[in-house]
Amino acid sequence: MNISLVMFLVFIAITLGITYWASRRSAGASAYFAASRQIKGWQNGIAVAGDYMSAASFLGIAGIIAFQGYDGFLFSVGWLVAYLTVLLVIAEPLRNAGKYTMADVLAYRLKPRPVRAMASLSTLTVSTFYMIAQMVGAGALVKLLLGSMVTYNQAVIAVGILMIVYVVFGGMLATTWVQIVKAVLLMAGTLLLSVLVMAHFHFSFGEFFNAIANVTYHDAKGQSVVKDFLQPGLRYKPPYGPLDLISLGLALIFGTAGLPHILVRFYTVPDAKTARHSVVWAMVLIGSFYIMTTFLGFGAATIVGPDFIKGHGGTNMSAPLLAQALAGNIFFAFISSIAFATILAVVAGLTISATTSFSHDFWTNVIHNGVERKAGEEVLVARISAFGVGAVAIGIAILLGPTANVAFLVALAFAVAASANLPVIVCSIFWRRFNTAGAVTGLAVGLLASIGLILVSPSLMAVDPPTVTGAARHLIQAKAWFPLENPGILSIPLGFIGAFVGTMLSHEPTSQHKFNELLVRSNTGLGAEKAGAH
Amino acid sequence: MGNTGRDLEVKAVQSQEPEQDTQSIWDRIAESQEFQDLMATKKMFIVPAFVFFVLYYFALPVLVGYAPHFMSTKVIGQVNLAYLFALSQFFVAWLIAWLYVKAASDFDRLSKDIIEKNGKGGK
Repeated sequence: MNISLVMFLVFIAITLGITYWASRRSAGASAYFAASRQIKGWQNGIAVAGDYMSAASFLGIAGIIAFQGYDGFLFSVGWLVAYLTVLLVIAEPLRNAGKYTMADVLAYRLKPRPVRAMASLSTLTVSTFYMIAQMVGAGALVKLLLGSMVTYNQAVIAVGILMIVYVVFGGMLATTWVQIVKAVLLMAGTLLLSVLVMAHFHFSFGEFFNAIANVTYHDAKGQSVVKDFLQPGLRYKPPYGPLDLISLGLALIFGTAGLPHILVRFYTVPDAKTARHSVVWAMVLIGSFYIMTTFLGFGAATIVGPDFIKGHGGTNMSAPLLAQALAGNIFFAFISSIAFATILAVVAGLTISATTSFSHDFWTNVIHNGVERKAGEEVLVARISAFGVGAVAIGIAILLGPTANVAFLVALAFAVAASANLPVIVCSIFWRRFNTAGAVTGLAVGLLASIGLILVSPSLMAVDPPTVTGAARHLIQAKAWFPLENPGILSIPLGFIGAFVGTMLSHEPTSQHKFNELLVRSNTGLGAEKAGAH
Repeated sequence: MGNTGRDLEVKAVQSQEPEQDTQSIWDRIAESQEFQDLMATKKMFIVPAFVFFVLYYFALPVLVGYAPHFMSTKVIGQVNLAYLFALSQFFVAWLIAWLYVKAASDFDRLSKDIIEKNGKGGK
C-alpha cells in the first residue's frame, strides 16, 4: 500500500514541476488559454488522447468487458470511430475560425450575447457533469488503495486542490503537459499489461480466446455458470438493449465532436493543418489503447475472474487487480497510480475548458460586451473561476459520497455535447439560413432533452428491492418512463429540430456577408489566429 | 495578444451588430472560382467518407443487436464474426483518417492559393 502512496506522490511532484515551469510562460490571454498556440501536432495529439482516455475508459471499460464481455468492447469501438467526426467535420473549421472556445465560431454570424450565454451554460454543464463523475471515481479509487491512510473526503479535496493549482498557475500549457505525461504513462502501463496477459497464455491467441469463450463465474442467483464472453448480448438484452446500443453509438459519434475539453485543444496548435495532424496522432493512440482493452478486459475476466473482482472492490478495480494477479503489488501500485494520474489530468482539462468558457464567453463577451475593461482581466477572471469550479466539484462529490452511481453522468455529458453543442456548431458552419434564435433554441432544447430524458431513464428511475439501501438506490422509485440509458437517439434529433424550428420562426434577417466570411475563414484559414511568442 | 495587423479580426469577433454588413473581401472570395473549386474538392472527399463511416459503424450495433446469433458464428477457432467486425472498425477508421490526410494536401494547396491571392490576414 505504501508503494501506491509513493507513486502518487512522485506523479504529483512531476506535475507540480510542470506547473511551475508553465507558470512562467503563461502571461497573456493567448498564452494562458491556448498555450500561445505553439503546441506541436504530435504533442497535441497525445494531449487529446489523454483528455479522452479518462478513468471511465481505463478503469470503466476494463470492468465492463470483465463482467459483460463483448458488449463492453463495443464502447471501445465507438470511442475511436467518433474521432472521424472530429477529423472530417469539426477540428479544422474550429481552429480556423475560433479563438478560445466553440462559442467563438457561433458568435461570428449570430448575435454574440445570447449565443455565447447559452453556449457557456452548455459547456459548464457538460464539464461539471463529467468532472463530478471523475471526482467521485478518484475518491473511491484512492480510498480503496490507501483506505487506511486517506478518507474519501480527503481524497476528493486533494484532487480538487491539485486541479485548481494546475489550472490557476499553469493554464493551458501546464494542463497540456500534465495530460501528455499521463497519456504516455497510461499507454505504457496498458501495453505492459497486455504483454503480460499474452505471456500468461504463452503468447498463444488460440489459448487466450479459448479461455475467453469459457469464463466461469457465479450469476446473480449464486449459480456457477460458464459463458462465452465473446458472444454479444451479455449487457444489451432485448427488448430495448439493441436500441440502447445504437443510441449510445449516436451519442459517441456526435458527442465527442462537441466535448468542450476536446474542442479547446485545437486552439493550442499553430494552424488547421497541425490540428488535423493532431487528430490523426490522437486516433493512433486512442485506437491502439482501445484495441488493447481486449487484453485488459478479457484478461481480467479470464485470469482474475468476475467473482474475485466483485469481492475486491468491484468492476472498476478490474485493471488494477489484473496487474496484481500478473506481476504482484508493485505493478498493482503502478497501474493504480496511472489511474489516479488519469483522473487528475482529466479533471484539470475539464476545469480549464469550463473556466475559459466562463471568462471568455460569459464574463467578457456576455456581461461586458466583448471589451476587456483592463488588460489581463479575462485571465484573472478565469483564474478566479477555477476556484469556483473546483469548490463546486469538491462539494458535490463529497455530498454524493463514494458509493454514488455516477456512470450515468458521463453518458449525460456525451448526450448534452451531441444534442446541444454539435447541432449548433454544424448549422453555424454549414447552414446559410441559420440564425441566433435557431442557435439558442437548439442549445436549449438539446440541453433540456438530454437532462430530462436521463432523469426519467433506468439510470435514475427504477423500483429497487428493499435490500438495496443508501446511495445505491435509484433516485426515483418508479418504473422508468424512458426505456433507454442513453438518450441520444431521441435527444440528438430534438436538438437539430430545435435549431431548425427556432431558425424558421425567427424573423431575424440572416446576414449573407457574415456567412460568407465564416465560410471563407473556416475553410481556408484566412485571417486565423496566429501562434504567438512565449 | 500582442500581434498587430489584426484589426479586422478583432472587429469581426467583437461586432455587436452582425446584420450591419457591407460587401467585403469575404464575399468576393466566397464567390470566386478558386473558392468554389476548394469547396467542391472538399465535398467530393468529405461527404462520401462521412456517409461511409457512419453506415459502416452503425452496421455494427444493428447487426450485433438484432442478429446476435448470426454474429456469434465462429470464424477462426473461438473468434466470432462479432469480434472480427468490431476489430475491423479500428482499421477502417485509421484507413479513412489516412485517406483524409492525403486528400487534405489538395485542400491545403487550394487554400494557400486563395490566401496568397488575397493577402495575409484578410487585408
